Amino acid sequence: MSTPLGFVRSTVGRKVMMAVTGLMLVGFVAGHATGNLLVFKGPDALNAYGALLKSSAVVLWTVRLVLLTAVGVHIWAALTLIRLNQVSRPVAYAKHVPQASTLAARLMRAGGLLLLAFIVFHLLHLTTGTIHPGYTFSHTDVYSNVVSSFQVPWLALVYIVAMVALLAHLSHGVWSFFQTMGWNHPRFNTARRVFATVVALIVSLGFIAIPSAILGGMLR
Amino acid sequence: MNLTLHVWRQVDAGAPGRLVRYEARDVSPDMSFLEMLDVVNEGLIEKGEDPIAFDHDCREGICGSCGVMINGSAHGPMAGTATCQLHMRSFKDGDKIVIEPWRARAFPVLRDLIVDRSPLDRIIQAGGFVSIATGNAPDAHTILVPKQDAESAMDAAQCIGCGACVAACPNASAMLFTAAKVSHLGLLPQGQPERDRRALGMVTQMDLEGFGGCTNYGECTTACPKEISLETIARMNRDFRVATFRARPESAGAGSS
Repeated sequence: MSTPLGFVRSTVGRKVMMAVTGLMLVGFVAGHATGNLLVFKGPDALNAYGALLKSSAVVLWTVRLVLLTAVGVHIWAALTLIRLNQVSRPVAYAKHVPQASTLAARLMRAGGLLLLAFIVFHLLHLTTGTIHPGYTFSHTDVYSNVVSSFQVPWLALVYIVAMVALLAHLSHGVWSFFQTMGWNHPRFNTARRVFATVVALIVSLGFIAIPSAILGGMLR
Repeated sequence: MNLTLHVWRQVDAGAPGRLVRYEARDVSPDMSFLEMLDVVNEGLIEKGEDPIAFDHDCREGICGSCGVMINGSAHGPMAGTATCQLHMRSFKDGDKIVIEPWRARAFPVLRDLIVDRSPLDRIIQAGGFVSIATGNAPDAHTILVPKQDAESAMDAAQCIGCGACVAACPNASAMLFTAAKVSHLGLLPQGQPERDRRALGMVTQMDLEGFGGCTNYGECTTACPKEISLETIARMNRDFRVATFRARPESAGAGSS
């Protein structure tokens, strides 16, 4: 039972895998949001940053593979646990009133699926350039891609809605990370809740600032 | 006061069940919830009907036998209170009360409001014990226990095994129960020799019984009549993780290559 396979099979082990991959993904989105904010420094800063990220194919593809693996493990653990949780109560209550769970916690599943769909859309939109409504996609001029696309209101709205979903997902996920790893202590529990909320707010508002600013005409 | 009850009636594990409506007349606000059911049952017996079957024993909130879903919350509306200690003054005249058994795949309904909670016993058998030397009682304070550890262990030891955590959890998870038992023994010096085996064994048995997993909703701790903290679940997660990585293969004793 104390084998690596036993750990992966157990509900606790799969939660730990979700927590660790979740932490990797939080680190990624935090870095991604920080880099994106260079858009406010102008075209040269953002395009130079874009060129830097693509300067080494080995580094780029290593990071991409690590992230893809993390996303894969995160989703696999989530789906298998969701399946287990769905069959664990075959007869539903006629009346069941949630007493404690937060909205963010109850939205983890739906929000997670929405974020998965958004990631696919986002890669087709700003990485491959397959989706480019009403403008020409450039593989080097990141700034013009961003500004042209977020001048399309529905596109900006898709991003804003997805980032609100990210806000909810991170606010429960980051808090949950500590619980799953076993770091729950009365002295730090308030700080843990505050930390999760602040991380979720900074990351999501950092992202939301960009389509909002472009849609509002601040960047052109 | 007069109440309308909608009670789950089911003849046995194999039979289909349904909610049946009963009128509870002249209920005193000083009755406990179980006494109210006793009075309803008296009426049913007089009419020649089968009384509503429900589990109960001490009726003072310490045995863990009783427990039903009352209007969608485990043990009803009072925090930190088992069904037997819930009084009818928590309800108003004319209230409609839905009474259901705990619902979980691992807890099949045996009859009406009684479910089979033996999965919790098997989780205990898988590690909820300490091995001690028998013989004369040791002198007090032979083994020193830090005051705070004793307090935390006692907080966890308050778990009465009623199953409300499973009933309240949207995933029907038994994490809070298992975590309370892992914590209560794992915090004490007497529990150290078996600490790793305990966490591994109890979590493995919990999964085998068909309970769901934890998604950190926190419904369990809110429903718990003993207010067992989510901190216990974190401790169990940590013990399980540490034990997994610390465990040596059984063939590889100390010193072998």
